[in-house]
Amino acid sequence: MFDGYTSSELMSIFAMQGFAGLSLFSVFVLMALGLTIIFGQMGVINMAHGEFMILGAYTTYLTSGFFQSYLPGLFGGYFFVAMILAFLVCAALGALVEWLMIRHLYHRPLDTLLATWGLSLIMQQAYRSIFGAREVGVELPEWMLGAFQVTDLVELPINGLFVMIIALSIAVGLYLLMYRSGYGKKVRAVVQNRPMAEAVGINSAGIDRATFALGCGIAGVAGAAFTMIGSTGPSSGQAYIVDTFLVVVFGGAQSLIGTIVSAFGISQAQSTMEFFLSGSMAKVLTLLFVIGILMLRPEGLMALKVRR
Amino acid sequence: MDTTDIAASGRSFSKGLGFRKSLMTLAASVMLATSAQAATPSTAEVNTTGLAVTDDTVTVGILHSITGTMAISEIGSVQAEKLAIDQINASGGVLGRQIDFVQEDGASDWPTFAEKSRKLLRQDNVAAIFGAWTSASRKAVLPVMEQYNGMLYYPTFYEGLEQSPNVVYTGQEATQQILASLNWAAETKGAKSFYLLGSDYIWPRTSNKIARKHIEDKLGLKVSGEEYYPLGHTQFNSVINKIKLKKPDVIFASVVGGSNVAFYKQMKAAGIDFTDEKPLLLTISVTEDEIRGIGGENVDGIYASMKYFQSLENANNKEFVAAFKEAYGDDMVIGDVTQAAYLGPWLWKAAVEKAGSFDIDKIREEFAGIEFKKAPEGYVRIHENHHLWSKTRIGQAQTDGQYKVVFETEELMEPDPFPEGYQ
Repeated sequence: MFDGYTSSELMSIFAMQGFAGLSLFSVFVLMALGLTIIFGQMGVINMAHGEFMILGAYTTYLTSGFFQSYLPGLFGGYFFVAMILAFLVCAALGALVEWLMIRHLYHRPLDTLLATWGLSLIMQQAYRSIFGAREVGVELPEWMLGAFQVTDLVELPINGLFVMIIALSIAVGLYLLMYRSGYGKKVRAVVQNRPMAEAVGINSAGIDRATFALGCGIAGVAGAAFTMIGSTGPSSGQAYIVDTFLVVVFGGAQSLIGTIVSAFGISQAQSTMEFFLSGSMAKVLTLLFVIGILMLRPEGLMALKVRR
Repeated sequence: MDTTDIAASGRSFSKGLGFRKSLMTLAASVMLATSAQAATPSTAEVNTTGLAVTDDTVTVGILHSITGTMAISEIGSVQAEKLAIDQINASGGVLGRQIDFVQEDGASDWPTFAEKSRKLLRQDNVAAIFGAWTSASRKAVLPVMEQYNGMLYYPTFYEGLEQSPNVVYTGQEATQQILASLNWAAETKGAKSFYLLGSDYIWPRTSNKIARKHIEDKLGLKVSGEEYYPLGHTQFNSVINKIKLKKPDVIFASVVGGSNVAFYKQMKAAGIDFTDEKPLLLTISVTEDEIRGIGGENVDGIYASMKYFQSLENANNKEFVAAFKEAYGDDMVIGDVTQAAYLGPWLWKAAVEKAGSFDIDKIREEFAGIEFKKAPEGYVRIHENHHLWSKTRIGQAQTDGQYKVVFETEELMEPDPFPEGYQ
């Protein structure tokens, strides 16, 4: 495979491949963070996670159209506005969904799975009716296209770098929120012992709603970011949902750090194998590897230790 | 007596008047029908198998996914089929009968396709079904069509290896689409090595099998990689690096669906400019429809091998594009499959009129050699294997999302669903 290449060529290919692994890692982190919050902290399996991501993507699409028509001069910066809007729109819808549907199902985890799956179908068909069945093309500002030339041979995709920065900032922000803020303390208290948390005066219903909204909002930002690398169509969300659950379950459902470690493991395994094997085979081996580890550690990589 | 009288007498006969009078009427209509090749022959005559044909209407079925993941692709086909039906009705219908249609939704779900096709054939007794899109949906519908002797007009370019007496394939089979384009890449562009890349299901795998045989055995050139990714895969950075490492002259791509969008966006982001043609990208899966989702700036410079491009410069196509835009809006684009779907109702009409009957068995006898001179792609003719003779063209994608035609085969390509030496 490597005959006839100079060592500098090989080095640069490996550098780019390492970067590909890291950018897959940040994609996985971004996909999974919203779900970890909801699944981990509330025990709700949100099958509509992918559709919330696509809501973020459509928000970006609309924002880009708005900037093109009314504020063409500021088009280069529209993406930041779009991400904030995507967060707000998805969080608002998330809060509404929690109030209408999820809060009635907290003690029936399997029913939440069915209900959110139904929600995902409703959302898909709604996108289809509103935006049409065809995928929409989200126009990006010029500076986000193309690659960043490091050396003659090493080129790093700018959108990959951008996704990485977003993933990193959200992960850090979430960590601070969960472990360094009053809100986070309350969330963790509710997760560990709901009756006790209520007894000390924590409004657990409010915490639930805020947490669900937060998870959906993060999904929206992820969706906005993915317009750079993927498609925006009514059923595009389905492409992400399996990988997302894989990352969350593998990492141990209640652990933020576990999610990140698991995203790192899966992305590195997958991108390395994709390079040396064919694409489908890489996927098969990745799944086998995950199944193997889960057999040894059914709770996932980093299970939260709680007294039962 | 003119034709309206025949129709009237036919009707009065069926209402059952006096025996003597009806006998006379029958004799009169038979005489006239045989002598004058009447434009509106009696229903009893043109429909002996209980299809939904009345004295002035005939019912056909449209069966595509208008919900679910495939809706993105199939809606264009529905639009084209309805347009063709409207145009045929405006020009007098088929055997003097206006076409009605029953539309069913396959919902991107293969068992649903089978169930709905059964409903169309058994309950609605449709005279023809225009529909199915993916190979999986066609395979689901096929046993039903054969069991109840229906006729399906299938619009998508597909992998071949099939020839049913109950299907007419209006899109290209794999060899028509692939061989000419590989020859073109080798001859015109001097390509020496090819990298085959596709989504992981039957169509890309069969197409690449044919492509590999042709590249290695017929052209004597090199395949430097062959690779498949699961449907819906969205991360192509690793394969892009692999391609950079192997430096093929041509990437031969058959990636489909949402993966397509991810693939081209990431190629572009990785600093590959297709207009440099280093490597040249040749696809068999990106029509104008797909470009809408991918974005013209991301595919600028790629080549596609198809039988139809919206930009074709001929009078038929200009008329077709104008009619399509008038019906569905100026921002519509028309891809290869949409045009092939448009052919379905017209070919059915031609076959029915040649057979002088709506009966499936009589139509089938007449398929071979039926021509459609007003086809937007130029001219097509039905081969006895139920596929179409058609030209293959290569277009280069422009930033506005249209293809510029750079090559066209001189002759019509013969459809060869079971290509010898390629399996």
